[in-house]
Amino acid sequence: MAVEVERAKTSREEHRGAERDVNRRALAARIRKILSSSGSDFMLDAEFSAAPGITILFGASGAGKTTLLDCLAGLSTPEAGKISIGERVLFDSSAGENIAVCQRHVGYVFQDLALFPHLSVEQNVEYGLSHVPADERSQRSRTMLESFRVAHLRSRRPGEISGGERQRVALARTLVTDPCLLLLDEPLAALDSQTKSKILDDLRLWNQSHGIPILYVTHNREEVFALGELVLVLDAGKIIAQGTPHEVMRAPRHEAVAQLAGFENIFDALVTAAHEDRGTMTCELAGSSVQLETPLVRAEVGSAIRVAISAGDILLSSEQPVGLSARNLIPGKVVSLRQRDVIVAAEVNCGVNMEVHLTLAARDSLHLQPGCKVWLIIKTHSCHLMAC
Amino acid sequence: MDWQAFWLTIRLAVLVAAVLVAIGVPIAYWITYSRWRWKFLAEAVVALPIVIPPTVLGFYVLVALGPRSPLGRWWESLTGHTLAFTFEGLVIGSILYSLPFAVQPFAASFSSVDTKLIAASATLGASRVRTFFRVILPLSISGLVTGVALSFAHTMGEFGVVLMVGGNIPGVTRTVSIDIYDQVQVSNYAAANQTALVLVLIAFLVLSVVYALNRRIWATWPWK
Repeated sequence: MAVEVERAKTSREEHRGAERDVNRRALAARIRKILSSSGSDFMLDAEFSAAPGITILFGASGAGKTTLLDCLAGLSTPEAGKISIGERVLFDSSAGENIAVCQRHVGYVFQDLALFPHLSVEQNVEYGLSHVPADERSQRSRTMLESFRVAHLRSRRPGEISGGERQRVALARTLVTDPCLLLLDEPLAALDSQTKSKILDDLRLWNQSHGIPILYVTHNREEVFALGELVLVLDAGKIIAQGTPHEVMRAPRHEAVAQLAGFENIFDALVTAAHEDRGTMTCELAGSSVQLETPLVRAEVGSAIRVAISAGDILLSSEQPVGLSARNLIPGKVVSLRQRDVIVAAEVNCGVNMEVHLTLAARDSLHLQPGCKVWLIIKTHSCHLMAC
Repeated sequence: MDWQAFWLTIRLAVLVAAVLVAIGVPIAYWITYSRWRWKFLAEAVVALPIVIPPTVLGFYVLVALGPRSPLGRWWESLTGHTLAFTFEGLVIGSILYSLPFAVQPFAASFSSVDTKLIAASATLGASRVRTFFRVILPLSISGLVTGVALSFAHTMGEFGVVLMVGGNIPGVTRTVSIDIYDQVQVSNYAAANQTALVLVLIAFLVLSVVYALNRRIWATWPWK
């Protein structure tokens, strides 16, 4: 009995300990950095935290992703802010603290990997272990090379191995130093998705036992859904959205996110009626008489709003459909049809121009041609509302 | 052929090349990575010996080494003799004269090292010194070889500075090029030709080694 109680107590303590552990390892950052290049000023102004595990940093190129990583690694010094990992302060402008790059223990895998071309794979991996005794050093590098499946390449030079192998070596070289934060700047961008997912599995496996925050930069939206527990969306130097990939990308509250997430149709609209009992409202698209039924949000009747609709969420019908659950049936005319790979992008004018994606087979069975009359079918919840 | 002058010249050139590695590498490192706004002035000073006449350089070195300058007096109090017209004085003059031929190839090769590699080294915990010896220097071998060979060959053939600073003392400051000049003065064209040919051959040999080595380096590191 006493043993049971004791055991329960230990497990509770372990649990509490684990929670403390998570906080102890989490990254907290507040960074202000002004970059002036040829007349135009760019300001990075971001505040966020990242718990152990993968956090995606998503944004278009030029959004400030790499600058942000450089500040975290210490390669670039912010004008103001504070960066800490748990209790350990790496940078604090108000306290005048700025730990040197080589003492931060922040792992950084660059976009172009930056493997040392004159050193062998093994020497590359051992590079960050100079403070470790020789036998332990080779032991650790061998274990790491094995867990990233590149042990057989240890005497090769980086120029003599494939792209995927180089990525593995670069990861191994960084992880072998036991960093307390890992920064990945699109290191897997050039790889096919199969190779990529295998490498990521190995990375996840490694992090199960190490539990450090990993910031993964990408501008590829498929990667966002495949990877992240948490997404931070960076646009023009600011974090404009954060949450799970589903929350952030599928229901964007911000136009920049909508554009990044690939919402092809974004319209200005006016709220014309709110139906609080039904949880919907009616919006009129600017410059047309199109009335859309959308989900209810907190917005006054008469206020301006933006509506985003994914081109893949719109159905087309060649005749007026009946007996449908979808609330928005809008007549229109096909303006143009463009084939992109295996998708047909149809531009339909219904007062405004909407992009609709359909398959080749759908185009053929509907006999779609420019000038055809069609009906657009849009579900209420396919209309995503954003503040102007 | 005056073998005494020949070996003296070789000794001078080797010594100068060695000293230039020791002082040229830090200067080149500083020129490459410093963010000092007046850096260009230092670069101009380093390059000066390329454009000013050797006699001008030699004249100022002579004045600076002479018993009336602080440096000359300090040396005299230390050693009991002046620097002018000695082998040591020749070494100092030659170092200044060949400085750009070492520093410029060094700096060019340092700046061609990808800054991402330097950043990667730092994030892996390496200090600046370690980064320099493990990453920058090994990737700059070709520039180092070029700088050493050029300063060696340049010192081998110098004339104006040597004459101004060292004079023409056999076994002390009489170098090969001065020997050639002397031979021509006394119309001994055969001897002058012989010595001149040796100088041309040495210069050709050194440059061939430089180019061959550089090619080997490119060939074994094809991804660079």
